[in-house]
Amino acid sequence: MRIRHALRPLLLSVLLVLAACGQGTPAQTGQQNTQASPAAEPSPAAEPSPAAEGSPSALPSPVPTPTPGVATFGSGATKIVWWHISTVEDQRKRWEELANAYIQQHPDVTIEITVLENEAFKSKLATAMQSGNPPDIFQSWGGGVLKQYAEAGLVQDLTPALQQNGWGDSFVPGPLSLYTFDGKTYGVPWNAGMVGFWYNKELFQKAGIQQPPTTWSELLQTVQKLKDAGITPIALGEKDKWPGHFYWVYLAMRLGGKEAFDRAYTRQGSFADPPFVQAGERLKELIDLQPFQNGFLGASYGDHQVLMANAQAAMELMGHWAPSANRAVAQDVEAYNRSLGWFPFPTVEGGVGKLTDALGGGDGFAIGKNAPPAAIDFVRFLTSVENQTKLAEVGMAVPPAVKGAEAGIQDPIMKELAQRVAQATYYQLYYDQYLPPAVGQAVNDATQALFAGSMTPEQVAQAIEAAAAAELSR
Amino acid sequence: MNLSSGSLERAIPRPSAPIRLSRVATIIVFLLPATLAYLGLVLFPIVQGIYYSFFRWNGLGPAENFIGLDNYVRAFSDRVFLSALGHNLLIVALSLLLQLPLALGLALLVRSMVRGRTLFRTIFFLPFVLSEVITGVIWSFIYRPQGGLITWLFQQLAPNAQPPALLADPDTVLYALFVVITWKYFGYHMILYIAGLQNIPAELEEAAQIDGAGRWQVLRYVTIPLLGTTIRLTIYLSVLGAIQLFDLVWVMTGGGPVNASDTMATYLYKFGFQRFQLGYGSAVAVIMFLICFVFSLVYQRYALRRDFE
Repeated sequence: MRIRHALRPLLLSVLLVLAACGQGTPAQTGQQNTQASPAAEPSPAAEPSPAAEGSPSALPSPVPTPTPGVATFGSGATKIVWWHISTVEDQRKRWEELANAYIQQHPDVTIEITVLENEAFKSKLATAMQSGNPPDIFQSWGGGVLKQYAEAGLVQDLTPALQQNGWGDSFVPGPLSLYTFDGKTYGVPWNAGMVGFWYNKELFQKAGIQQPPTTWSELLQTVQKLKDAGITPIALGEKDKWPGHFYWVYLAMRLGGKEAFDRAYTRQGSFADPPFVQAGERLKELIDLQPFQNGFLGASYGDHQVLMANAQAAMELMGHWAPSANRAVAQDVEAYNRSLGWFPFPTVEGGVGKLTDALGGGDGFAIGKNAPPAAIDFVRFLTSVENQTKLAEVGMAVPPAVKGAEAGIQDPIMKELAQRVAQATYYQLYYDQYLPPAVGQAVNDATQALFAGSMTPEQVAQAIEAAAAAELSR
Repeated sequence: MNLSSGSLERAIPRPSAPIRLSRVATIIVFLLPATLAYLGLVLFPIVQGIYYSFFRWNGLGPAENFIGLDNYVRAFSDRVFLSALGHNLLIVALSLLLQLPLALGLALLVRSMVRGRTLFRTIFFLPFVLSEVITGVIWSFIYRPQGGLITWLFQQLAPNAQPPALLADPDTVLYALFVVITWKYFGYHMILYIAGLQNIPAELEEAAQIDGAGRWQVLRYVTIPLLGTTIRLTIYLSVLGAIQLFDLVWVMTGGGPVNASDTMATYLYKFGFQRFQLGYGSAVAVIMFLICFVFSLVYQRYALRRDFE
């Protein structure tokens, strides 16, 4: 008998391995998606496996195996287990330097760092959580997944710590709110970006477009102009679903504003309310223009990146990680940088949402339930203004989530994004992260069906509402 | 494979005295590791999965919300699950009707070669050696509408038409996946057939030829019947494999577009591990398990039994 289906733990481990090698998923994501996540810094081909023991200065020479591993710092009695997903060598080293700096000041502490590839991390974390044994410090995107862990009592409430010495006030409020549920905060952000249109200035010029669009109907005209010029207007990796869900969510935000979402989320209203149906109708206007590359329903985010990086499509609606992700696959990085432009998601005629309402998210750290107090202190150290400014300088904490760290940003577009995040009138985390996983995935599935033309805008809204009704009311 | 080859003449000597206790203890000690491994790694998780399938459970903390058979009712009333089940059955049918005959044909072809037999056997077997994930990635590149091999071929034939995006079209995605499945697995079945063919005495086929049987008649009345054991085995493996299909689909399409290529296993993964509905995911796993289990029992009872007696 070779059937071992109900083997949950084994199946999980198999899937874990599978997920680990399944999708090319670089580290540093601005978003947690159960399919290939976007990346702020794609893994380079050559990356040393970290030294299992000993000082980070004794790193082996680069070998082409991006195998994340474990590195231990210090030899104190208090051990902190830290899982992060910065697999890019340069970023991994930055974290190691900070860990080293911390143990110099606190010889009683040992820090054990495990670096994991994004998808592998998610599977491994889920397993650790299900066994009730979370790591002390771990990558988190906030939102529905973290809330689930918080409800199960698996992560520490950081509210008291944040009230000490103004730690909580040092963060940009929007990003911090993504880790806060019912007035309690369970994690802290270390970068926070927003989704907007990244576009190719040269292709826009070629199509005779002088100004980036500021309203939805202008966007549709822009798309038409690009099509007329024989240019693919929009790159979209809709196999992965989350790239397309940005469109629907942003339209819902522009049409119904914060209020519509809050009402639906708190169950006073519903996801079948007019703004959500209209979001689908508006999105359908765009889909009907056929603005995406051939075969976009089967394209992954990786395919999507290649198109944008090599000027084969004029724009993409994507988070702050897009430029660095695209540079990794660009044949001519110079040309990519030269033609790169950004504009916010346009306003929609008749909608109550503002241009300054931002959809975004970023990376942060949560603290496992069994962590020693030193773990919180260490995270406090990691998120200090000095350290965050240093991380911003090297493009890691960009846009930053700590006030004052934006001084370190080198890139003008990132400066603008940081400003917009800091001044956002409404900062909404991606629905597929903010909502409980079952509802978030329903949003992704339903919007994909809209892109494929197999669901009407009403059906999309109703499908999401059905999932919300089942999950949120409990 | 075929254990009925004559008689096991040498009867095992039976102990005249009753088995002593120490011998029983020895037997138990030697059986223990395998028994424990089997119980711990196979039986216990199966029971655990069945247990969880009666709960509404997100996988965190203990399962407390008992809902009886609701998860099963939900599965069989969900169109997406039923279509995923249908996709599995379609892959089963295509595997039996296309993939296995192809493997058999190639096995006969390789056998009939005077030269290059080993080379071709190796070439045909190579895809099976690749991991599923690597295979999926390679074929994703082949199918890719922008600059993929299929697009290139299409453009040589019809330069002005829009090249097909086979993985992006709900109507073609399953067949496109089936091509990959066939490419990957036919070599494995072919090797089994080659091994089976080697067990057929050449005299039998020669005798048939001398009696005036044509090539097809030899194949139809001598070779295939004598290969029965192997064919029944490959059917068994093929069906079980098709019901459990996961990795290739996951890598290439994620079950999309819009569930058009979902299999039961991708459906299970989406609900169990992405939506954190592990109770429901367990119910789907149990359904898959039961399908495989019942098929195995019936098949072994009626098809495989004579091969092992």
